[in-house]
Amino acid sequence: MATVTHERVRTGRLSEVFLLVIAVLIGIYAYVQVGLAMTGVVPANLAMHAGAFAGLAVVVHLLMRWRAPYADPVILPSAVALTGIGLAMIYRLDLTYTELGRPSGFAPRQMLWTVVGMGAATAILFFFRDHRVLRRYTYVSLVAGLALLLLPLMPGLGRTINGSRIWIGLGPMTFQPGEIAKIALAIFFAGYLVSARDNLALAGPKVLGLHLPRLRDLGPIVLAWAVAILVLVAQRDLGTSLLFFGFFVAMLYVATERISWVVIGLLLFGGGSALAANVFPHVMARVEVWLHALDPDIYNRNPGGSGQLVQGLFGMASGGLTGTGWGEGFPHLVPYANSDFIWASLGEELGLTGLLAILAIYLILTQRGIRTGIGVRDGFGKLLCAGLSFVIAFQVFVVIGGITRVIPLTGLTMPFMAYGGSSLLSNWIIVGLLLRISNEAREPAGLAGPFAGVLDAVPSPETGESVPVSPARGDDNPTEVVDLR
Amino acid sequence: MNLPLRRLGTVIGVMLIALMISTTTIQFFQASSLNTDARNVRTIYREFGRDRGPIIVGDQSVAWSEPIDDVYAFQRIYDPGARYAHVTGYFATAFNASTGIERWSNDVLGGTADSLLLSRIQDLFTGRQPQGGSVELTLDPELQQVAADALAGQRGAVVALDPSTGAILALHSSPSFDPNALATHDREAATDAWEALLADPEKPLENRATGTILYPPGSTFKVLVTAAWLELDPTRDATSTVPTPAELQLPQSTSIIRNPGQTSCGGTDTGELVYAFKESCNTTFAQLAMDLGEQQLAAITEDFGFGTGLNIPLNVNPSIYPDTASDAEVALTGIGQFDVRVSALQMAMVAAAVANDGTLMRPHLVATERDADLAVINRTAPEVFSEPISAETAHELTTLMTAVVESGTGTPAAVPGVTVAGKTGTAETGNEQDQHAWMIAFAPAEDPQVAVAVLLENGGRDGSAAYGGSSAGPIVRRLVEAAVR
Repeated sequence: MATVTHERVRTGRLSEVFLLVIAVLIGIYAYVQVGLAMTGVVPANLAMHAGAFAGLAVVVHLLMRWRAPYADPVILPSAVALTGIGLAMIYRLDLTYTELGRPSGFAPRQMLWTVVGMGAATAILFFFRDHRVLRRYTYVSLVAGLALLLLPLMPGLGRTINGSRIWIGLGPMTFQPGEIAKIALAIFFAGYLVSARDNLALAGPKVLGLHLPRLRDLGPIVLAWAVAILVLVAQRDLGTSLLFFGFFVAMLYVATERISWVVIGLLLFGGGSALAANVFPHVMARVEVWLHALDPDIYNRNPGGSGQLVQGLFGMASGGLTGTGWGEGFPHLVPYANSDFIWASLGEELGLTGLLAILAIYLILTQRGIRTGIGVRDGFGKLLCAGLSFVIAFQVFVVIGGITRVIPLTGLTMPFMAYGGSSLLSNWIIVGLLLRISNEAREPAGLAGPFAGVLDAVPSPETGESVPVSPARGDDNPTEVVDLR
Repeated sequence: MNLPLRRLGTVIGVMLIALMISTTTIQFFQASSLNTDARNVRTIYREFGRDRGPIIVGDQSVAWSEPIDDVYAFQRIYDPGARYAHVTGYFATAFNASTGIERWSNDVLGGTADSLLLSRIQDLFTGRQPQGGSVELTLDPELQQVAADALAGQRGAVVALDPSTGAILALHSSPSFDPNALATHDREAATDAWEALLADPEKPLENRATGTILYPPGSTFKVLVTAAWLELDPTRDATSTVPTPAELQLPQSTSIIRNPGQTSCGGTDTGELVYAFKESCNTTFAQLAMDLGEQQLAAITEDFGFGTGLNIPLNVNPSIYPDTASDAEVALTGIGQFDVRVSALQMAMVAAAVANDGTLMRPHLVATERDADLAVINRTAPEVFSEPISAETAHELTTLMTAVVESGTGTPAAVPGVTVAGKTGTAETGNEQDQHAWMIAFAPAEDPQVAVAVLLENGGRDGSAAYGGSSAGPIVRRLVEAAVR
């Protein structure tokens, strides 16, 4: 046992206040700009909007001072900034939709979901003192995750919107349970992999320089693959299928450090995709749209044409380097401008400059998540951080990659920004979880409570890793010094 | 697990950087080609949404943009609409179309002209909303008013030129239309107005002045025959002897050309050119045309501008000197019948060339182009179009044309105290419809300030009783009175 030294540790709360003020002001400034540009006056409900938005940020911040004082100071402001910009764009499109007599009123609903989402994050910080309790619910999470994922297939409950059966309807409300399922499945994967990682990491036969796993250990990845294919086939949802499988492979790799899993995953995915493209015309159509978007035949094809994609490209192109400015462009010309294609809307009005800034925020947010994973001591926490951070990053990649023609277009929503209650709620839950884990990661061992030092000093029961006992100071010092290998 | 976590962090970084690259590709490298794609309605919207500069006549705007609270942000207003409609054209958001100066000076009005680059850079730095430049026309508002009033209720056209510069002082086609009805942002109303105009048997959308319909010139063509005949031999003048039989049997044909009223011209078989000219003897000019031959006539008409399309900047349909297969056809052409077809502007150019000592100036509508601060960025300099006849020939033609108004077929065009030179024309249509009444003129003969062409399609309100002198003559008189004070 080493001696525990008490050092004054920077909590980062002051930095957070500073960043939070900037983040909230970005959102409110955008909201005001939209009103001024489009109606010539400041939005009527500005006080309420700004009050609610700033109020929520203050509530989360204060709660963190109380319940998670060492939590990462950058995650919350990043998420607040993204949510604020998204809200402004949704409000901006509402104004145009109203003018054109199209359905509108999305912004108040999104604001409501922001309250719910940030409320959920607050609740997580308040009720969960330790993320490790989630490990107890490993298999409950599996069942819940699969149930949520398959819920839309239930007759009577499921709704097919735009050809994808990924919605459930409760009265007038619709919800995408898949968004919540990804969190439940992240918890399951983390819990399962942290126990099973040794088996999965055991080298099987070595082929072409790759340590292949034993055949009997292939079970979980095959199961995940099967579920992904099921989602693809039964719900016709490429995006969720890709997201789900991608983040499972990522977590598998982090757990086992075996590149072979990634290779197997990619092969399975490649095979599945090739099969899907040949079997399902709608998948093939997406691939053609991706490769030949500007081709007049593909552009004019209906259904399954590239009209939406190309209109999005036009929007971004007209934004150019600096954008048209809030309210000065024509983002409403693109279908789903406030949800699936909010990236094109933002590109049109904020320009390349704005988009790169937003991508930088996503980069910072997800890297802080990874950093939290590196900082936290227990394997479950590490895997959960990896999964949750990667799911945000991967979703951003799939959405923007689809719009900017890096990959075929699939239907997913931009985390924090796109209109959609389920997505907003689930991403704020992820923020809550990451904040909770980051508190653990950045907390000096000696200050963590009566048993914290003891707990950390003994080999972790899950991993068998021995953990250093010197207090971690900030997240720049990895707490883990003993490499498993 | 930290090593794979760090690698995962790198993967996330790579994914987001890939998105930054793809976004940059679209918004920067591909932007200009995407922006010029015909399917990109944004470019149109942006154009229509611009604070477009005014079109100015005299010191007053006749077309300008007013802020309006819709997607286009600006509504184009035309006042007085119909009087200038065939010059200004219309700028219609409803069908993404523009005509007239709106179309041909679009780059200046919209502010995208290269000459306005400096102004655009200034706007960028001062933060001023980009504004289009203005286009000042050469039109004389009073003359235009006279033309519109004189043609009211009749089909026809008036063109008035400044012979020494080519500046177009009046250009009116009747019936006209209200460009405001087409420029409205109300798509349905605009479409209704458009369809009504298309269905109108009076064809108000045709610009009869610039030759969207071409007409046989009738006896006004005799100016060209005379010009060629005088040019051929410097000893010929107004007093030269020419054949003036009562009838002219056309070679290899049963047709007989007679003079108006079936009289002989002066009672003898020969007479002075000036007599034949002022009485518009058909037999004389049919004979002269045959003497000159097809080549001579084709050459002189080409020198006067036949066969050449003009951009004033509106497109002017080239007038046609026909291919003739026989002397009979040449003879008919010589009196402005057969297949010779002209625009009102072309005939005004003929008068202007005679008035300007044989030098034809290039007709133009735009006097100056100005930036948003009204600083002149371009002034149209008078330009010689051609020199179809010598000054001597022009002088002899002036003598002949003065006689027409003093004591010939054109006396209704006489203005007390002003020497008016002119030539009338009454063109048979070759079908059952009434003849077209023509008159071209310039004044004062000794120092020409204005050259005009007046066309009354199917005789205007005089119908079958119309003659060039009696129907078009009074309009010439009113124009000369307004122009020469």
